[in-house]
Amino acid sequence: MSANALLAETGALTRFTARFFREGFRPRYEVPELLYQCYVIGYQSLPMVGITGFIMGMVLTLQSRPTMAQFGAESWIPTMVGLTIIREMGPIITALIFAGKIGSSIGAELGSMRVTEQIDAMEVSGTNPFKYLVVTRVLATTLMLPVLTILADAIGLYASYVGINMKGVTTLALFVNNIFAGLTFGDVLPAVIKTFFFGFAIGLIGCYKGYYSDKGTEGVGQAANSAVVVSSLVVFIIDLVAVQLTGLLGLN
Amino acid sequence: MLAPEPQAQPTATPPAAEAVLTVEHLYKSFGDNHVLQDFSLTLHRGENVVVLGKSGSGKSVLIKCIIGLLRAEAGRIVVLGQDVATLDHEAMDRLRAKVGFLFQSNALYDSMTVRENLLFPLRRHWLDHPRAQEGELVMQALEDVSLAHTADMMPAELSGGMRKRIALARTLILRPDIILYDEPTTGLDPVTAREIDHLIREVQHKYGTTALIISHDMSCVRLTADRVALLVEGRCYAEGPYDELSHRDDPKIREFFA
Ligand SMILES: Nc1ncnc2c1ncn2[C@@H]1O[C@H](COP(=O)(O)OP(=O)(O)OP(=O)(O)O)[C@@H](O)[C@H]1O
Ligand SMILES: [Mg+2]
Repeated sequence: MSANALLAETGALTRFTARFFREGFRPRYEVPELLYQCYVIGYQSLPMVGITGFIMGMVLTLQSRPTMAQFGAESWIPTMVGLTIIREMGPIITALIFAGKIGSSIGAELGSMRVTEQIDAMEVSGTNPFKYLVVTRVLATTLMLPVLTILADAIGLYASYVGINMKGVTTLALFVNNIFAGLTFGDVLPAVIKTFFFGFAIGLIGCYKGYYSDKGTEGVGQAANSAVVVSSLVVFIIDLVAVQLTGLLGLN
Repeated sequence: MLAPEPQAQPTATPPAAEAVLTVEHLYKSFGDNHVLQDFSLTLHRGENVVVLGKSGSGKSVLIKCIIGLLRAEAGRIVVLGQDVATLDHEAMDRLRAKVGFLFQSNALYDSMTVRENLLFPLRRHWLDHPRAQEGELVMQALEDVSLAHTADMMPAELSGGMRKRIALARTLILRPDIILYDEPTTGLDPVTAREIDHLIREVQHKYGTTALIISHDMSCVRLTADRVALLVEGRCYAEGPYDELSHRDDPKIREFFA
């Protein structure tokens, strides 16, 4: 992509974001559609998020055990794994899975609606398609990703507990105690807040790619594909910004 | 306002000739692509007018300007006495409830059943139908296109001809005064295409709707048109009844009727 095209794309995406804020907070509110999208988006990504969360916790635990054992710090595994999952791995892995699953499906769905004129059909049927399709989906991804992340964290931590018990023994109570002893407010809050931004970016980019998808069936595939690529990239950028910000605020 | 007061011209024009849709000197271009240049056309109540034009001549653009999906650069479009360029969102929505639009690609909502497709415009237009009446309206619209049994099917399960008819039912459910058909028979086999043509005529007789039909299928033109307008190089090149136009000697007109 040339520098010019990148700039143009950024400009268009910014205008799209501005339109979201302009139209999103004016009636008519599409509440039933928003709830339906929350359900669909949450439900669709549940299995993937659960599985990746479990594997993430398990792998982190099993990988870190030998190193920790070398230093005789095996009892620190819960604390370390807990911090890693809650502060970084949980949010970022869930967001990437979410981008792959939901970002692409939103891009493809809106893209095919654009190509087959369903978006125009909504517009002539007394419906603002931007509100009905875009605003509801962006809000739904913004609200659901934090929920899914917390769920993935919980599953990941449980997997870590299982992982520890594969080689040694600990009780769940001790494990949980260890984790919470090592956690502070400053670990949890920034991590949760950034997931809202991840969700917002993924929903917005998926909708943008689909809503302005090119004519033809390749346009739909391209919309789905670039929705994933761009939103994954933006997730990392937001993560980088978040780290800097929390550092500046003294929360690190 | 362009539409003359009915009393102002006693007996000169019968009530059937009231203009319901007027397009005047319309210009629309995309960059250097000048699609419509000075296009004018008038539709009178109850008549079917077919706009004939080659592929890419701007037929869909014309119809999208009329319904307000595209904005023309210059010219005026008056639909049912209202200048569409001056309407705000709500007024536009109210007007659109009276103007049915049959999309070239049908534009049925893939994720909804046939019934939900039909309910969508009904519910979204804030029309005050009691909920109890909705089911009846859906069945009536489906019976008009002889597809009552498909109510619970998904669009993907239907054939091309059936989808076209469901799309028609979805516009009929609002009992529009005007229906805009964008190439209703393109992509259908000849037999199914003729069925759609007859359906267009039936709708005209049953509900007294005015129709603007866009086409390049000559059988469709012959069967459905009360009047034909030729869209050539962005202008309304000629208009008149089918039989009259088909006997003209002008080479640009002959092209269409060859
Ligand atoms: N949204 C748009 N942006 C840019 N150009 C467009 C747009 N819509 C249509 N055009 C251009 O306008 C011209 C007319 O297109 P239009 O879709 O009206 O053709 P048509 O007469 O309906 O043809 P067909 O019979 O193939 O449907 C084409 O050259 C097309 O490229
Ligand atoms: Mg067309």
